Amino acid sequence: MSQKKPEKLIDENDIRYDGRKLNELRAVKIEVGVLGNADGSAYIEQGKNRILAAVYGPREIHPKHQALPDRAALRCRYHMAPFSVQERKSPAPSRRELEISKVMREALEPSVFTEYYPRTAIDLFVEVLQADGGTRCAGITVASLALADAGIPMRDLVSACAAGKVEGRLVLDLNDVEDKSSDGADMPIAYMPNLNAVTLLQMDGMLTSEEFEQVLNMGIEGCRQIGQIQKEALKARYTAVKEAAAEKEEETEEEAGEE
Amino acid sequence: MTSIMAAKVKAKRVAQLIAHGKRLDGRELYSHREVQIESGLIERAEGSARVRLGKTEVLVGVKIEMGEPFSDTPNEGVLTVNAELVPLASPTFEAGPPDENSIELARVVDRGIRESKAIATDDLVIEPGKKVFVVFIDVYVLNHDGNLIDASALGALAALVNTKMFNYEVKEGEVKIKPGYKPLPLKNHPVAVTFAKINGQLIVDPWLEEEQVMDARLTMAFEKDGKLCAMQKGGYGTFTMQQVLEAAKIGQQKAAELRALVVKE
Repeated sequence: MSQKKPEKLIDENDIRYDGRKLNELRAVKIEVGVLGNADGSAYIEQGKNRILAAVYGPREIHPKHQALPDRAALRCRYHMAPFSVQERKSPAPSRRELEISKVMREALEPSVFTEYYPRTAIDLFVEVLQADGGTRCAGITVASLALADAGIPMRDLVSACAAGKVEGRLVLDLNDVEDKSSDGADMPIAYMPNLNAVTLLQMDGMLTSEEFEQVLNMGIEGCRQIGQIQKEALKARYTAVKEAAAEKEEETEEEAGEE
Repeated sequence: MTSIMAAKVKAKRVAQLIAHGKRLDGRELYSHREVQIESGLIERAEGSARVRLGKTEVLVGVKIEMGEPFSDTPNEGVLTVNAELVPLASPTFEAGPPDENSIELARVVDRGIRESKAIATDDLVIEPGKKVFVVFIDVYVLNHDGNLIDASALGALAALVNTKMFNYEVKEGEVKIKPGYKPLPLKNHPVAVTFAKINGQLIVDPWLEEEQVMDARLTMAFEKDGKLCAMQKGGYGTFTMQQVLEAAKIGQQKAAELRALVVKE
């Protein structure tokens, strides 16, 4: 599983080493409602990223002192499996994971009507099974679907995507190798497409003012595309549920007819 | 419930003032509080600085020790940033392991320094792959009155500028300390500028009363040529793209003003 870094990440025809164009997303596959016990769940594959998200709640909150009198407490845990990266990661939460849990919560909370469920907890668990760069964005994308799958009232879906700079070129949706290239920049963005609201914004690396504006625009466009894929994944899940329900109804009617 | 009502009343008052271009403490929307910087107050540390941003007070110490490099960067010294929200600094701080707020604070300060390549880490190698200098930056919050990020980032920069490295030589694989000092090799001077969004309006350097009612927070760090080198959004609110671009424009100018207080060029 060792990754060899190619000499050049972008060739003379503006094609990235994984075959993508500069402003092209990795292949994204999303499935909603994948876990039995959770109130809502979803799974995403984005490039080699494989991430599961589950929602429990609104439910009684423990410890009780965390209860908020005017809204639900959205609690979020971003966690990476020990086998998700090249060198085994200790399962204990790292400082990086704690920070991402915080920004992820702040990226998703604006989309949730937490005021409908005062004094309760909405617990959100994001497990990275395999990491390939951009896991916080893919994690937010899939978490937002898990919240929707749990039937929690929301203002909008939250779609996330990173944009940045690799070898002096501005690119969309950096993978792990691109993210680690030197003298680059990586800007994760989370966005509510229907409300035109940025809910997460981080950046590391160096960008001039002009580059910054271009990267921001490119990232938002990426979020919009992710938003479309999210919608389709939700629809696919609920048309399947509807069809199954209709079939069952027919069966019961037939049975009733036989009697 | 009383505390919620009080907070809502306060939020309304702050928002009303800001709608008229005013702030509770009389500042303009894009002004920082008064900044005071003192360097070198801790003799035991290789570098130190205390920054006062209004009533917010932060002490930053730099310690330099020998250690091992990371396996993926054998030819670079190591930078470590830690932040302590010391219980004496605020009634809301508790002793114990670092919480997410102190981790975020340390990591945002770290990002600005690391991404702007402020410290010449390639000059901190004693023996490639085996022995390097480790630069520990410890942010100690002494009084919390809002905007810890800008105060801490500025304190870290001032402490780094103040940092002295000991002279040494390597004899038969042993490191010997020689008398005298030289300044820590710095290549860049990152400065963070934090905005709060209150009722749709951006303001610079929110103090505690404003932080308590703000919708969201956005920090941008700029390096010496005005390039953006780190960014972090916080809080439960959102920003429009226009607000983000506006913040980048104002932040660049504010960062230059703050930098001039630390680095005399």
